[in-house]
Amino acid sequence: MREGKGKGWSLGLAGLLGPAALWLGIFFLVPLALILAYSFGTSGIYGGITLGFNPGNYLKVFDPLYLEITLRTLVIATLNTLICLALGYPLAYFIALRGGRWKNALLILVMVPFWTSLLIRAYAWVVILSGNGLANRALQFLGITDGPISLIFTPQAVLMGMVYSYLPFMILPLYATLEKFDVSLKEAAKDLGASRWHTFWRVTFPLSMPGVIAGSILVFIPSAGEFVIPNLLGGSQTVLLGNLIQQQFLNARDWAFGSALAMMLAVMLIGAIMFYVRRIGTDKLGGI
Amino acid sequence: MGKARISRRRFLKVMGAGAVAGSTLSILSCQPNTSAQSGGDAGGDGGGNNRLNFYNWSDYVAESTIPNFEEKTGAKVTQDTYASNEELLAKLQAGGTGYDVIVPSDYMVTVMTKSDVIQPLDFSKIPNFDNIGRNFKGLSYDPENKWSVPYQWGTTGILYNKKEIGPIENWDTMFDQQYSGQIAMINDVRETLGAALMRQGYSINSTDPDKLEAAKQDLIKQKPLLRGYFDSTEISPLVANGDILLGHVFSGEGILTAIENEGLDYVIPKPGATRWTDNMCIPRGARNVDLAHDFINYILAKKPAAALTNYTYYGTPNEAALPLIDQELKQVPEWDPSDEVFDRLQIIEDVGEATRAYERTFTEVKSS
Repeated sequence: MREGKGKGWSLGLAGLLGPAALWLGIFFLVPLALILAYSFGTSGIYGGITLGFNPGNYLKVFDPLYLEITLRTLVIATLNTLICLALGYPLAYFIALRGGRWKNALLILVMVPFWTSLLIRAYAWVVILSGNGLANRALQFLGITDGPISLIFTPQAVLMGMVYSYLPFMILPLYATLEKFDVSLKEAAKDLGASRWHTFWRVTFPLSMPGVIAGSILVFIPSAGEFVIPNLLGGSQTVLLGNLIQQQFLNARDWAFGSALAMMLAVMLIGAIMFYVRRIGTDKLGGI
Repeated sequence: MGKARISRRRFLKVMGAGAVAGSTLSILSCQPNTSAQSGGDAGGDGGGNNRLNFYNWSDYVAESTIPNFEEKTGAKVTQDTYASNEELLAKLQAGGTGYDVIVPSDYMVTVMTKSDVIQPLDFSKIPNFDNIGRNFKGLSYDPENKWSVPYQWGTTGILYNKKEIGPIENWDTMFDQQYSGQIAMINDVRETLGAALMRQGYSINSTDPDKLEAAKQDLIKQKPLLRGYFDSTEISPLVANGDILLGHVFSGEGILTAIENEGLDYVIPKPGATRWTDNMCIPRGARNVDLAHDFINYILAKKPAAALTNYTYYGTPNEAALPLIDQELKQVPEWDPSDEVFDRLQIIEDVGEATRAYERTFTEVKSS
């Protein structure tokens, strides 16, 4: 009797999870295994790859040039995450707790940029920020600058473009968490004599931690692998890991080294996330 | 022909207004094409005999090229586009593309022969090969003319604002402090490193570490003066707009932009510049080899060949087509360089193992 019930349960579970597991298996695990296999292979001079065990690709990762690019990538991805959090939190808070009947309309506004391809939006920035673009004309019209100034094709422009692209990924999970926030907790804190500041840091913020973590991960991971924005808004003068990997696959015809770089990036990201979730996540959540 | 040119001019004007939006359109235009292609793939196997999959650089056929061929043969041509030789190679090496005709540049023909992704051509099916000029036969990348047939050729030089800075002759101006922030180079290892090598009087194919190092140091010094590294299609509108003064561009872009905008000029710099040739090849695994040969032969006929050049403003390797080239274009000395200029042009060759040294050097420059 018991056994039968257990079996039915697992069949149902298999039915529910099967499609997703199959999908992930084929389109995530198999490619990942391929990259892992490639990363120990040897690239032919004219491209292509011979499988084998060649740890040399991983040793090349420690070339100071590539380490510098890795460090730059991590710095930009971290800055991007922090800026998105600083900008996104107040906005998500406002929409969730003060949005009232405008809530849905405001949320849709956050998502509007997704209706257009990222490439088109990045090019729009190029047009706006270029020497003869809207931004420069406005600055000159207002008498703030005399001539066109350089607003684009700099590392700052790359960071700005990333914040612009990834901000919604921060806002949406934050909103989802804050929306469920029980306002009576704030009243209780106030009754017990906590200042507004205290209430926020001791009650609201810790309770919104799942949203902060989810948002940070959703922003940090893709920005560490970003390669389109540095090309378009950075004038290819800011090389990030994503660009380096792309160049290895295309220009250098070195699939093995490109795969090793990709594996290194993946390991680094997993490590960073585990550290982040453990340290910040459990501390804050446990400290309520 | 005239119509094609007008629409292209209007196209560039619009692009000029939209700053670097040049490649936005090519990205936009390549997306529907790609989906059309994959749609065709799905259901196209049965009637595959009369279908040609053409994989080409973006904006690189005249408006009449494909419709006229379709009308002549009753075939259906699907065109996809790419933006670099390396992208083309990676696609072919990944396999199963189903393309029938591709257009790699010179050095890439070498790579493709060595990595066995293209097949020898049957020249008995390409009688129009006789139209190709002497200068374009037996080149180093295909000395016996087995694998490839030239499509268009050009140079890589400087499009600049002559009104602002006066006439220039050599690469040095691209490294001049005076024009800080007003210069753009092509985002391509071989072209940009090549420019620095040739400026010093070295070969564009040099693999000597000392020479590469010298070129690297020059480019590192140049980097703070640059607006950035871009595609040639993005650079021309920047110069046309007055956004920058000096741009490293391909000849077709450069000549067209200079004709369209007063005060601009395209120059083939001293002491050396790239001469490149794009070639038609048939990949291994092509579905329709016969039709591919027909297409190649059709492009080599004088009228389609002239239409191509009258649209792209690049050079034609086709001697029979010369009388049909627009007068306006023939008058541009850079379009048809004198023997003296032609002799100082250099052809990019594959550097084999040194490819990775080149790539690393360029990465060093870009992240300096």
